[in-house]
Amino acid sequence: MAQDMGPPLVELRNISIAFGGVRAVDDVSLTLHAGEVVGLLGHNGAGKSTLIKCLSGAYQRDAGEILIDGTPADIRSPADARRFNIETIYQTLALADNLDAPANLFLGRELTTRLGLVDDARMEAETRRIMARLNPNFRKINEPVSALSGGQRQSVAIARAVYFNARILIMDEPTAALGVHETKMVADLIGELKAQGLGIFLISHDTREMMALCDRVSVMKNGQMVGTERVEDVTEDDILSMIILGKNPRAAAA
Amino acid sequence: MTDTTDRVAPPPGAPRLTGFSALQLDTRLLGMIGAFAVICLAFHLASDGRFVTARNLFNLTIQTASVAIMATGMVFIIVTRHIDLSVGSILATCSAVMAMVQTVVMPDWMGLGLNHPLTAPIAIAVGIAVGIVIGAFHGWLVGYQGIPAFIVTLGGLLVWRNVAWYTTSGQTIGPLDRNFMTLGGINGTLGETGSWIAGLIAAAAALWALMAARRNKVSHDFPVKPIWAEAAVGAIVVGGILGFVALLNAYDVPERRLERMFEARGEVMPDGFTQGYGVPYSIVLLVLVAIAMTVVARRTRFGRYIFATGGNPDAAELSGIDTRMLTVKIFALMGALCAISAVVASARLANHSNDIGTLDELRVIAAAVIGGTALKGGVGTIHGAILGALIMQSLQSGMAMVGVDAPLQNIVVGSVLVVAVMIDIVYRKRTGARD
Repeated sequence: MAQDMGPPLVELRNISIAFGGVRAVDDVSLTLHAGEVVGLLGHNGAGKSTLIKCLSGAYQRDAGEILIDGTPADIRSPADARRFNIETIYQTLALADNLDAPANLFLGRELTTRLGLVDDARMEAETRRIMARLNPNFRKINEPVSALSGGQRQSVAIARAVYFNARILIMDEPTAALGVHETKMVADLIGELKAQGLGIFLISHDTREMMALCDRVSVMKNGQMVGTERVEDVTEDDILSMIILGKNPRAAAA
Repeated sequence: MTDTTDRVAPPPGAPRLTGFSALQLDTRLLGMIGAFAVICLAFHLASDGRFVTARNLFNLTIQTASVAIMATGMVFIIVTRHIDLSVGSILATCSAVMAMVQTVVMPDWMGLGLNHPLTAPIAIAVGIAVGIVIGAFHGWLVGYQGIPAFIVTLGGLLVWRNVAWYTTSGQTIGPLDRNFMTLGGINGTLGETGSWIAGLIAAAAALWALMAARRNKVSHDFPVKPIWAEAAVGAIVVGGILGFVALLNAYDVPERRLERMFEARGEVMPDGFTQGYGVPYSIVLLVLVAIAMTVVARRTRFGRYIFATGGNPDAAELSGIDTRMLTVKIFALMGALCAISAVVASARLANHSNDIGTLDELRVIAAAVIGGTALKGGVGTIHGAILGALIMQSLQSGMAMVGVDAPLQNIVVGSVLVVAVMIDIVYRKRTGARD
């Protein structure tokens, strides 16, 4: 893993964003390297999702800088983020329930025929191809995604991120609604994507899962960064106390 | 993909389609056609056989055209979880402007005189431009300013109704341009031969589209219907198109009128000469609008984004869709369709009257909703809305024919709307659709 060579894949520098009087994210910095999984932990409302939405273009930061490969990236909309090969899997999955899997997978990036009309057949074929790899049990290609189970919906959301060759993947609670088997599937996929050299931001409440999946974990509280640690340097208890107390025990000991 | 032996074999796990289900017909569509048939039959019996006649069905189609054209646009509005209460008033404003262009601007200001060949196209272009501007303005208020569409168009309902009044000082403007009036229905038809030619072209195009869709599926190894089912659907479609043409051709031009036409040419009408009206231009217009809107809904990105936004506005936005601009475009399209309806409606009446399009917003919304457009958004079809308009109109004219009192007519139409939506909700629950 080439973590020390060259600029990081993503560098969030002194990001701040406020809603009304509330500083949801307050001067937070964070880096992500290629082939690395960085976990974001913290209570509800700690600012994890808000921070990550600045990167995915859903929110616009008030202050701070985003650097991709060491150069400043002007990300103001989800479309901008997609141009930098940043793909996001939202907690809510962000699927249009009334459309089928291919329509959702290609939403905003439809394949078209020479006449400029959407090419449903080609999109369906591509969907079948990627689903065969991600979730071979997936059959309901032509049904609205509202008819799918939680795990199947999740695989549509994941397929959307994977299909378009993401370099940076943001996963907001990807396993929150899943059963044991499907959670395992997502964990395997994270490992596979990491091996392919993607950088992954992972948001979760499950400390144990994070210790298993991540290379580093960052803990946030009240919009501020409590600390970032390599998982092999800390115990689950250390992480928990960072989440609860908002203090980094290792920094305090030093 | 050189092996062609088992390309069309369904993949394992896909249910085999046999019997009736192999036709893959839309059961909702069948239900609506069934409802229409029941209505026709009931009125036919109640009116001593006057309802299902070429003459009445001809009139029914030309009366439906105006509301049906607007209903196709209302589908997009409702699918994106908006509403447009102002369509009747926009129609009135467009109609008023077009009437003034035809009777004042072109003949007097431009000095072209009455019935100049340029008058109708220019009037229509101006009308459509007015409709687009009004619609886009509504869309901007809804999309960019965040004012609920209900409020914007409720205001628009009053504003545009009275802009129309102001434009014409409340007068009835007419008679309109002779060429313009051919778009109203009975004053402009393709004639028998022209109708058959148009019908055959339409049938050929429909068959070609069915075959192209099948070929496309086969080339991607998707399961396709058995060939007999494909042929059956094709036969139904072709039968429907040609049957419709035959129906409109069967309504003969009255003898007196034919005589006058021959006299105008300095000829004498041969004995026993008859001629059918054929397909009115207004219906050709409706069909073209319907095809264009269906293509937009199903095969363009714009249409895809409309349905995605209706299904989940947040997801659409996170997918990089500019939902605000989308709203402007949808309302602008609605405005353009109101203008086209204004052409048909005022041409049919041969003049612009101050109350043109009054209550059309309710008829249009009812047509879209009866046609299966869900007010929750995300669901709706163009052909459904047109059928909805036809059902509403057939109820209305059927009751008038049978001699039901005017207040009772409206009570029935209002109740039918509510009952139709109730049936729809029950149907969706039964079939397991979540919305």
